[in-house]
Amino acid sequence: MKRPRKVIVIGGGLGGLWSALRVAEAGFQVDLFSLFEVKRSHSACAQGGINACFDTKGERDSIWQHIVDTLKGGAYLANQPPVKSMCEEAPGLIQTFERMGVTFSRTAEGVMDLRLFGGVKNRRTVFAGASTGQQLLYGVDQEVRRQESLGRIQKYEWWEFLSLVLDGRDTCKGVTAMNLRTLEVKSFRADAVILATGGMGQTYGHRSTNSTNSTGAAACRAYRQGAWFANTEFFQFHPTAMLGDDKTRLMSEAARGEGGRIWVPQDPEDRRRPNDIPEQARFYFLEEWFPSYGNTVPRDVASRAIWRVVHEMGLGVDGEDKVYLDLTHLNPGFIEQRLHAILDIYRKFHGSDPVHEPMEIYPSAHYAMGGLWVDFEKDEQTGGLKFGSQRNHATNIPGLYACGECDYGYHGANRLGANSLLSASFSGRVAGESAATYLLGLQDDLLSVPEQYYESEISRQQEINRSLTESHGTENPYSLQRALGNLMSSQVGVVRDNDKLRQALESLKELEQRSMNINLQETSNWSNQGLVFSRQLQEMIRLGQVITASALARDECRGAHYKPAFDLTIPENTYPGDPAYEAYRQAWKRQNEDWLKTTIASAGKDGPTITYQPVDLSVLPPEEPRDYR
Amino acid sequence: MKTIQFQIRRQDDPYSPPYWESFSIPFRKGHNVVSALMVIRENPVTREGRRVDPVAWEFNCMEEVCGACSMVINGLPRQACSTLVDNLDQPIRLEPLSKFPVIRDLMVDRSRIFTDLKRVRAWIEIDGAWNIHRGAPRVSPEAWKENYLYSRCMSCGCCMEVCPQYGEDQTFVGPATLAAVRLMNAHPTGSYHKTQRLHAIMAEGGLSDCGNAQNCVRVCPKQIPLTTAIGELGREVTLQMLRDLFGKSE
Repeated sequence: MKRPRKVIVIGGGLGGLWSALRVAEAGFQVDLFSLFEVKRSHSACAQGGINACFDTKGERDSIWQHIVDTLKGGAYLANQPPVKSMCEEAPGLIQTFERMGVTFSRTAEGVMDLRLFGGVKNRRTVFAGASTGQQLLYGVDQEVRRQESLGRIQKYEWWEFLSLVLDGRDTCKGVTAMNLRTLEVKSFRADAVILATGGMGQTYGHRSTNSTNSTGAAACRAYRQGAWFANTEFFQFHPTAMLGDDKTRLMSEAARGEGGRIWVPQDPEDRRRPNDIPEQARFYFLEEWFPSYGNTVPRDVASRAIWRVVHEMGLGVDGEDKVYLDLTHLNPGFIEQRLHAILDIYRKFHGSDPVHEPMEIYPSAHYAMGGLWVDFEKDEQTGGLKFGSQRNHATNIPGLYACGECDYGYHGANRLGANSLLSASFSGRVAGESAATYLLGLQDDLLSVPEQYYESEISRQQEINRSLTESHGTENPYSLQRALGNLMSSQVGVVRDNDKLRQALESLKELEQRSMNINLQETSNWSNQGLVFSRQLQEMIRLGQVITASALARDECRGAHYKPAFDLTIPENTYPGDPAYEAYRQAWKRQNEDWLKTTIASAGKDGPTITYQPVDLSVLPPEEPRDYR
Repeated sequence: MKTIQFQIRRQDDPYSPPYWESFSIPFRKGHNVVSALMVIRENPVTREGRRVDPVAWEFNCMEEVCGACSMVINGLPRQACSTLVDNLDQPIRLEPLSKFPVIRDLMVDRSRIFTDLKRVRAWIEIDGAWNIHRGAPRVSPEAWKENYLYSRCMSCGCCMEVCPQYGEDQTFVGPATLAAVRLMNAHPTGSYHKTQRLHAIMAEGGLSDCGNAQNCVRVCPKQIPLTTAIGELGREVTLQMLRDLFGKSE
């Protein structure tokens, strides 16, 4: 009897679970690896919703508009056929979630309700209370559990992916992983591997909204074995994150949407409590600088304005990196009803009540638009993805696929709110289907791959463990991560400058050296969290280098990547048709000729090597610059 | 100097005996239990000045939505990330959940929760995760409101910790797992397989093991009305028993 073919999925968030499900449904075995019980994945943190055009609000919303919003929001940097397909498939995907039992919020008539989200004009965001990500995750989790009970999926929870196993032709034939309890390193054979390992916000240390396990380490390990990263310089900073020593917590855009005002004291020495500072001593900088949008400017604009007020004007509250987000002027009953979830989080984690006291917030690393490079095959007939193609979501390593936030596929230079749950689910589904096609075309027997490839990889990994546990270095891994986070957020953050980026690269190399001289503070060979963390830390530092080198190479402003030295701004009070505006449009187009291309980072001897690839612009040619006025 | 005092119940591995250690960190406003444990982790020295292994515990989202960081804090099971130190009496006593096997220190093995979810078939049977060009039947806003309460269960284990009927030597599936049955049965197509789920909780370790102590509903970090679910299931199970005896009468 022929041995059934097998796929390994790394990661149990939305992307990983979707891909596992589709591989299992195609009749193949799945081994699903996760650092923890999959139900605890970071997908659960997404609150707001998921975009899909249902047009149930009488607004004549259209799928085309969803495509346009996504492409323009991403400053045209995303390959367009995958975006087209994602938006077209979105309603069917949501209906599948509905069938899985996801408790989407309902209208009076019992259909799925829609809400308005940033960067769009129509109501297009389906949601489940204030915990949409959690609900979607649980929906797929349940289906995976069902497949598990049918014997099609086997979970390896509490296992950490360490490396790919590549055969003599550099094709991926499995992985090595470490049992997080016994610390045993083992190899696992597979015909294909799907990485669905999530975001990399922890590279920005505690100044990130990401879960503590979103380190990007797994993707970085694949990168060092030859996989390419793409567009990693594009990192979305959410303007309104609540501060914390452990991490920052997202205060949804809704707070500004419902009338929240952002301000700082005009006098940087003003140490009065915010409620004691009179109106005329406050500086409502967003309202002053952007009179028509005011506090509801898009995320990147708000982040930059806050950066400017704090870093260039020195007006941060108490001299620190923070500003006020004020709801106290609003009707308490109204905000309690509209913003219950946010108020709840703030009260719970800060201990004060935003109804009576302004919240303290600051921009925070929120979402990586970039990630592992993945391929796609365009369907010439539809202009979208060719479904079933084994090229979709394939990395440049044969047999290795990537999906979810760890890939770079759908958001270009900036992500639209409520498109992340969509891309995670859609890309997971597509990656699973592609891997299944790839398996059908395989000729060789997995067991014919010589054992030596697995054994040598195991010993390489054991050696890394040994060097860490036996090194009696001087560096504290946790202090190093704080240094990394401070470095990345201050020098590779919201506003960028080539000199600072060059300095940051030097500092990162120094940090990498220091991370080789770690004192684990414990020698236990059972559930040694310090060992696991230190290995992740080394990868985070390397990933920081990839992000920084990519940012240094790109001399322009596009989406979330902002280098003021190369800024093109729309001349004030000019509109399409005006000569000054048209001159700006021409300059913008010239910039596109130079820079509208995908950054590719590959691992070189002395750090990342940067090259570029053209972007597929076949759906919507870039004619209209983004204009938020 | 103002400090924050901790007493932490430690255990090196599943087979070694537990022991207590005390730690003290500099006071800082706004600490939660996880951020305080992070301070201890960076410099694991006991109050007596002895350098020890860092305390092992589980955490991830830090927003009280992943369910990872459950532990017993000053006698009550809760999520460590959303428990503010400023609201706690000191010394703050941290213990692992007692109803699950200890892995190390404050980490426990909660895999049984997920095994039990399989046992009660807590999923909707769909034909496949592909587009069938229609969704599920409509749901009234009132029904949604009730269902949504239950769908926020994050399998944290707090309700099981305080349930007298739940334990390593007992087969009872616990309040959260029963509530999952309530939620799946309420789904418009999930109700097609209601009988199987009801039969699962009519077996050993099912609904009849509930002792009605009502502790579960008091500690749930998501305020899920667990006892309401159990009450509703009680009626359903009774009807199911009659149907099983006399055949379908409705």
